[in-house]
Amino acid sequence: MPEALLTVDALTVVYDQFRATHDIDLAVDAGEIVSVIGANGAGKSSLLKAIVGNARLASGSICFEGSDLAGKTTAQIVKAGIALVPEGRRLFPSLTVEENLQIGSSVGRPGEITLATIYEYFPALADKRRQLARELSGGQQQMVALGRALLTNPRLLLCDEISLGLAPVIVNSLYEIIPALARRGIGVLVVEQDITRSLAVADRFYCLLEGKVTLTGRPAEVSRETVMRHYFGL
Amino acid sequence: MNPLAIANQILQGVLLGGLYALFASGLSISVGVMRFVNIAHGDLIVLVSFLLFTLTAYFHVPLLLAVAISLPISFAGGYVLQRFLLQRVLGKGILQIVLVTFGISIIVQNFLQGTFGADTRRLSGSGFESASIPLTNGIGVGYLPLTIFAAAVLLIFALDRLLYTTRVGAHIRAVSDDVDTANLVGLSSPRIYAIAMGVVGVTVCISAAFMSVFANFDPTSGPDRLLTAFEAVVLGGLGSLWGTLIGGIIIGVAQLLGAQLLGSEWQQLAGHLVFLAIFLIRPQGLFPRY
Repeated sequence: MPEALLTVDALTVVYDQFRATHDIDLAVDAGEIVSVIGANGAGKSSLLKAIVGNARLASGSICFEGSDLAGKTTAQIVKAGIALVPEGRRLFPSLTVEENLQIGSSVGRPGEITLATIYEYFPALADKRRQLARELSGGQQQMVALGRALLTNPRLLLCDEISLGLAPVIVNSLYEIIPALARRGIGVLVVEQDITRSLAVADRFYCLLEGKVTLTGRPAEVSRETVMRHYFGL
Repeated sequence: MNPLAIANQILQGVLLGGLYALFASGLSISVGVMRFVNIAHGDLIVLVSFLLFTLTAYFHVPLLLAVAISLPISFAGGYVLQRFLLQRVLGKGILQIVLVTFGISIIVQNFLQGTFGADTRRLSGSGFESASIPLTNGIGVGYLPLTIFAAAVLLIFALDRLLYTTRVGAHIRAVSDDVDTANLVGLSSPRIYAIAMGVVGVTVCISAAFMSVFANFDPTSGPDRLLTAFEAVVLGGLGSLWGTLIGGIIIGVAQLLGAQLLGSEWQQLAGHLVFLAIFLIRPQGLFPRY
């Protein structure tokens, strides 16, 4: 088997004596969609923050394309080809839509995804390119956040709760993009509380509970009941 | 009361406001972008004044060439100061950064006293500072105040373009909006802050050049410069560069009108009182951005 795009090995993240993740093993291949599900506080966001170099590892390692990310800054990790769509969208409110998107191109790598690609994926943004990000609806802001990450031309895309607080129709349009990204060869790691949505799009999944992986597999091969039991720790 | 004299004071006050806006433009960026008050801002202006003094008086470099030499030094100085000192305390609370810049202020003043003595200095503009354009009897506009005002407008225009039309400007505004997100999506905020402080350094150098020809300076002139600059920034509204120009003009006009109407001993106080009055009515400033 060829080496995975991303390999997380026995990862433990500790904040102020609180162990956010505990010995997590996880892998994502190029072109693969992997979902991480878990309730609030299960350690999903900590896992993503650790991958982009924004949380200190208490132990364990994270390898991307065969090289260890230990000691690298977020800027270096983004340049290497990992992009995060942060929870809560987190745009720069006083920058225009296009300026927000261009932040992605300027911190990332050159590649086939350009502003035109983003406007093709999200035509609603093309008309609003000169508007300030804070004036957009939540759904449009999420499109900009996703676009900003994609413009770094990532090999691996991390999506943190992109459906949170959005209308189902908007969430559908966001989730339609993900398989298209995987077909481009991008590995996608989707973190969600919405189990149904998350399992529907994923090739494989990991279920987290209190910082530990309690179940992993392919969505088609595991019954809904089994997933729910591990999700809630029953 | 002579209306012509009052009109003259208003005109001179507007031009003086240009000088205040020059010192305040750099402070406006450090307050608006990096969200801290650099207590040493005035002392850094005086430090560059002494650099210009050294170059012109001891090395006999013409003033314009001395300014050209000092500009890159000031950019580098701002960059290094931010990257290796101020960055270490940024985001650790308001008190730390105030104490560190207060410390820099004391160090700069004492360094200058120790090196140059306490004498008052002034740079020569080779007659340019005393030439003026006569308007009517007794009223004239000096070349130097007019040039300073034009320089302030140009500098603020250039800073505005830098912030709003360039990539580095967008990065500076992004870290100013939300530094945690900036770091999370791959911007290198320490580098961007350092570039912003380098730009502040350039404004410090330009203000120092004009200031040192326009008025006397000595090693302890810094805090006065800081106070006026800070008033201009607050009046204009934090983060608004054009607001800073308007703030500077209001203080300049208030000072000279105060001196004209109440006597020259009222000049400084009139500026402060008008600042306080406007601040009480409109604490967010005239054109707040945040």
